[in-house]
Amino acid sequence: MTTAASTPSASRLPRSARQLIAFLLIVLAILVVWEGAKYLGGDPWRADSNPFGIEHRPPFRVKVLSDLNLPHVWSIIEAFGNPARRNGPPLVQILFDAAVYTFREAFAGFVIGGLLGFLLGAIFAHVRLFERGCMPYVVASQTVPIIAIAPMVIIWLKAGWISVAVISAYLTFFPVTINTLRGLKSPDPTQLELMHSFAASTWTIMWKLRFPAALPYIFTSLKVSATTSVVGAIIGELPSGIRQGLGGAILNFNQYYISGPGRLWATIIVSALVGIFFFILVALVERLVLSGRYPKTEIS
Amino acid sequence: MTENNSAVSIRNVTKIFNQGRPNEVVALEDISLEIQPNEFVSLIGPSGCGKSTLLRIIAELLQPTRGEVQVYGKTAHQARLDQDYGFVFQSATLYDWRTVAKNVQLPLEVMGFSREQRKQRASEMLKLVELEGFENHYPWQLSGGMQQRVSIARALSFNPKLLLMDEPFGALDEMTRERMNLELQRIWDRTQTTIVFVTHSIPEAVFLSSRVVLLSPRPGRITEILDIDLPMPRAWEVREDPHYFELVNHLRDTLRAIEGGVQ
Ligand SMILES: Nc1ncnc2c1ncn2[C@@H]1O[C@H](COP(=O)(O)OP(=O)(O)OP(=O)(O)O)[C@@H](O)[C@H]1O
Ligand SMILES: [Mg+2]
Repeated sequence: MTTAASTPSASRLPRSARQLIAFLLIVLAILVVWEGAKYLGGDPWRADSNPFGIEHRPPFRVKVLSDLNLPHVWSIIEAFGNPARRNGPPLVQILFDAAVYTFREAFAGFVIGGLLGFLLGAIFAHVRLFERGCMPYVVASQTVPIIAIAPMVIIWLKAGWISVAVISAYLTFFPVTINTLRGLKSPDPTQLELMHSFAASTWTIMWKLRFPAALPYIFTSLKVSATTSVVGAIIGELPSGIRQGLGGAILNFNQYYISGPGRLWATIIVSALVGIFFFILVALVERLVLSGRYPKTEIS
Repeated sequence: MTENNSAVSIRNVTKIFNQGRPNEVVALEDISLEIQPNEFVSLIGPSGCGKSTLLRIIAELLQPTRGEVQVYGKTAHQARLDQDYGFVFQSATLYDWRTVAKNVQLPLEVMGFSREQRKQRASEMLKLVELEGFENHYPWQLSGGMQQRVSIARALSFNPKLLLMDEPFGALDEMTRERMNLELQRIWDRTQTTIVFVTHSIPEAVFLSSRVVLLSPRPGRITEILDIDLPMPRAWEVREDPHYFELVNHLRDTLRAIEGGVQ
């Protein structure tokens, strides 16, 4: 679409470039606030511990802003480069491997949860009785905390990446079910009448009308699910005793927080990046699949 | 059931919406009408008198509360299963994820036409409604009148035996409307389909129809059935024929009387 570029008020840069700039500006703003707070209320800055060689005594002392609670940005960056164990590989490499491992679990959970969610939504949309009968249980399943479900899943399936994927799927399927149901019911009566006027079968109506009409709704839920699947995978790793993923890394660096707070923060940042990466992946597929439609999806 | 050769046979059809509830509406009352094959019948009447409802009942998109409808000697249900209906709705009703060409091809896809046939039919139909070159546009990129013409192309694409058209030209400007009238008349002449046509325009109804059915509102009843005994096929000059004016004026007076009676 060139619509944005053709309006006189819009900047000449392409949309994606403007989005990137906005994103970087926000990151910069967070960094400024972060270090600004530490400048005002953190521990004293020593010249040999920051890249600018600044010697500074903050005017206030706030406990949450201490170097232990909120390490300097450069301490976190430094932590990425240092080995986590003596003579081991640098932390970035460990975290990269862990991120790939967790992403695979999350992806498996996302696929299982997405398919299950779609299937449930499709059944509910077609069988009124099922919707009435089963929806309360589906809703109830979401009120049980994942912490209580995870050990059960591990008992049933044995600890492993499959159990982690199932736990992740448990967190993912619900938004997909709700949105699929809503989307499949979204065609207006005349759109359905058109299909009936040439005696289309329920199956044809499903694939030529209901499903395409539901796609924008489904993608909205898949974007939610992409991020929660990563959360699910990280949480699922904890009771499964899996050490190769980000959940294991969080557990590990949490234990040794005092000796190096930067490492846990680095792990948190990587976890967030995995979620963002997955979200962007789904958003790109969405843009591809929904291209040409009424541009309401572009407004977001 | 009596033997009959009508294209559409409507017998004592009554339609009551929300029967027995406080918002009950008697949309149609005791409608009987026989439409012969290859007839062009227009339904005309004030807004809310049940024209769209009657079309929907003929196409079995609504069930009559009482009475029955037969189409080519079959039940309306069977006719629908046999894909005898081409329906042009009052709103264009295009699928916004399909291009113009794909929208026109939708019934052909459902009916299992081959890819080549679909492509060929779609481009023929789009030519007919003067939308060549818009094949790959999406509905939201078209004006309201263009969208409506796509929906006409879609209804014509599979040569239905019965065309039901609900104010198909309502959204068009005067010039396009006149061209579309001539075009529809040509299509009707060529394809030998039966057409039931709803319109608010009296001149349009008289120009196109072999018969005009006048409905009165609340409850919807047939007030008058007028034979349009102008020569066929009709050229544009018919609109200067004194008899044409007589018919138009007669319908206008009757319609005014109906509307006056309601208010
Ligand atoms: N699904 C429905 N439920 C309840 N009432 C309805 C329904 N459809 C139509 N009606 C009522 O039936 C009456 C006839 O409606 P209909 O749409 O057939 O009118 P119309 O002659 O097509 O009007 P217009 O010229 O404005 O399109 C109206 O009073 C309307 O309120
Ligand atoms: Mg109507």
